[in-house]
Amino acid sequence: MKKVMMGNHAISYGATLSRVQVIAAYPITPQTQVVELLSEIVADQKLKAEFIKVESEHSAMAACIGASSAGARAFTATSAQGLALMHELLHWAAGARLPIVMANINRAMAPPWTIWSDQNDSLSQRDTGWMQFYCQSNQEVLDSVIIAYKVAEKVLMPVMIILDAFSLSHTYESVDIPDQALVDKYLPPFDYKYKLDVQNPHTYGGLTTPEWYMEFRIKMHEAMDQALVEIKKEAVAFKKVFGRYYDTVDPYMVDDAETVLVTSGTAASTARYAVDQLRAKGNKVGNLRMRVLRPFPFADVREQLKNAKKVIIVDRDISYGYHGIWAQEVKSALYGHSQVPVWNFIAGLGGRDIFPETFYDIIAQVGKKKKPDQELYWVEVKK
Amino acid sequence: MKPTLPLEELMSPGHLACQGCGAGIAMRTTMKAIGQDAIFTFPACCWTVIDGPFPYSCLEVPLLHMAFEATAATASGIKAAMDTLGKGKTTICGWAGDGGTFDIGLQALSGAAERNNDIFYFCYDNEAYMNTGIQRSGATPYGAWTTTTPVKHFKKEVKKSIDDIVAAHKVPYQATASVAYPEDLYKKLIKAKEIRGFKFIHILAPCPPGWKAKPEDTVKLARLAVQTGVFTVYEVENGKYLQTIKTPTRKPVLEYLKLQGRFKHLKENDVAEVQKLVDSRYAELEKRFSEK
Amino acid sequence: MAKDRKKIDFKKMEELPPMVMSLRSMAANPTGSWRNLKPVIDLSQCIQCTICWKFCPDAAIDWIDDNPVINLDFCKGCGICAEECPKKCIEMIKEGK
Repeated sequence: MKKVMMGNHAISYGATLSRVQVIAAYPITPQTQVVELLSEIVADQKLKAEFIKVESEHSAMAACIGASSAGARAFTATSAQGLALMHELLHWAAGARLPIVMANINRAMAPPWTIWSDQNDSLSQRDTGWMQFYCQSNQEVLDSVIIAYKVAEKVLMPVMIILDAFSLSHTYESVDIPDQALVDKYLPPFDYKYKLDVQNPHTYGGLTTPEWYMEFRIKMHEAMDQALVEIKKEAVAFKKVFGRYYDTVDPYMVDDAETVLVTSGTAASTARYAVDQLRAKGNKVGNLRMRVLRPFPFADVREQLKNAKKVIIVDRDISYGYHGIWAQEVKSALYGHSQVPVWNFIAGLGGRDIFPETFYDIIAQVGKKKKPDQELYWVEVKK
Repeated sequence: MKPTLPLEELMSPGHLACQGCGAGIAMRTTMKAIGQDAIFTFPACCWTVIDGPFPYSCLEVPLLHMAFEATAATASGIKAAMDTLGKGKTTICGWAGDGGTFDIGLQALSGAAERNNDIFYFCYDNEAYMNTGIQRSGATPYGAWTTTTPVKHFKKEVKKSIDDIVAAHKVPYQATASVAYPEDLYKKLIKAKEIRGFKFIHILAPCPPGWKAKPEDTVKLARLAVQTGVFTVYEVENGKYLQTIKTPTRKPVLEYLKLQGRFKHLKENDVAEVQKLVDSRYAELEKRFSEK
Repeated sequence: MAKDRKKIDFKKMEELPPMVMSLRSMAANPTGSWRNLKPVIDLSQCIQCTICWKFCPDAAIDWIDDNPVINLDFCKGCGICAEECPKKCIEMIKEGK
């Protein structure tokens, strides 16, 4: 069934179709509609779930950790400051190997207070052991929630579904809501082998000495390696049932492109419009949309960028005193595998719009240069 | 004579509590009442260590170790999961120290109490951050030495009234208890298990190393705390206060203080100040006990 | 959980569960060596009041055939039992004597 809906509601539908059993959430703009719709769905008993209206995001994640440990499929959604408040427990959820799924609406961090989009909130959580899927459309948001549970429950690591504030969270698009029966077939009920069980009591997360701590970390890393395999496997499996395909990266006219613009989130759709316009003028540009940050798809990135003469990474985030965060990631994947020069542009922080002109400007700045002459470039800033 | 508590032990020996640990008695007694159909969650606290390192545990029930400030929210999450999975009969218990309750865990505690989540929240109160080496907490009483309230600047603030804070949430059941009166604690828990909603149990659990007291004096101190009125043992059921260990004549606080090195720097006028604070708190509670 | 009193000795990473979890009881960890003083009960004076048993923080006093029996594998020698005994029939004796 097709329905026009906002990105936030696509999350709610994704969670509902995944038959989540415990939801714990705290309101924050621009996430609120996710939990508003879910509370209605739960109140109307269209979803058999417990909704805990917690007093903070920290408690939201704590409740999810408790619920998931007890064997329930747990869900939450947040943004920016809320995500940062959860930070400690993001490590906890991953370290405890709990397949929790959370949606994060990318909102810039304060101060100054802002509610508009950039990716610094979620990218700052890169090393917590969560998979991160960055979405481009409302359809992808809904589908990604379902896929996320499938992958998470296979490898026992949590997943963050990420979408841009307003340009996706509040933008209405036509979304196909898959049949519940098909989703049920694709995503079986959560059967957690390591649940808190009075019939078979164990203690979880107790004090661990240097004798074994490191081996548990290796196991987490191996689970992430396996997750990469599962993400690719599920991309095929999901397409078979639902007809839509979500890989780790999403290339657009990359094969013969001399210049590849690397983006993530909704900036990709604007980039693709720009690519079409530039190509019409004979400029061989392509776009590589990064969909998965963790586990990082090294092989796919190298493969997609192998023919490029120039790589331009457009970051909607910044690691102060370094590069944009996506630039660090992609450059590190290319290092030792490719000689291609890599430019890094920072654009659209704090919700500043990224227009096709933004990309024309970037392409013009790179121009005929053979290599970058700065570590990074700021786009469309007031001088 | 028959044992006054069930013989079955759900807490094994071999745990890592210090000699004479009040929190050990608190847990052992609690487990006898709560029984095997229960799930516990601990934040960072002495019991994180007492329970034993990987791959061991001394509890015969499932236990989830969690972050310091997260006890009540975690227990709420476990409870929600058990309800939705059709296992709502299992008793869900958060078990935290005073730091994890009075201080860093207060927000989550307040949240779960306000939501009236059907869980037990236990605070075993040893009146300081003992696991990290005796730093003052909001539960440390006036006059006490700790490593962050040295004798020259002993704690000048009074112990936070966590019970009144919880009472302000109008929870269906709350109680204080002292490890010197295990039957009282046991009886309260058996009763509270049948009450749906949030249940707060505050247990005074002396800490020999932290209180600079002899390990054999743990129970004596837990008793003197009650007999002097330093710690009053009562329950509140739907707003109605009932003193369960009556103390019609109270001993002077000095009898309690003098057994503890953490108070040995107190001069006569300091002791008088402690007595004054205890008297005024006791009078406040007495008024509530006499309300019909 | 296995009440097995044997310690677990992992040899390789593959033997570990995916996350930290308990697989044995702490009953595999005798704490008797912590003790400096050993409680000795004079059962001829004992009135079987169970007070020593109920206050033991270490669950190291067993109640067997209506009598308290100190489990010296675990008793840490805190002395609460001796202190609380109304008949004063538990004596704390220096270890090794």
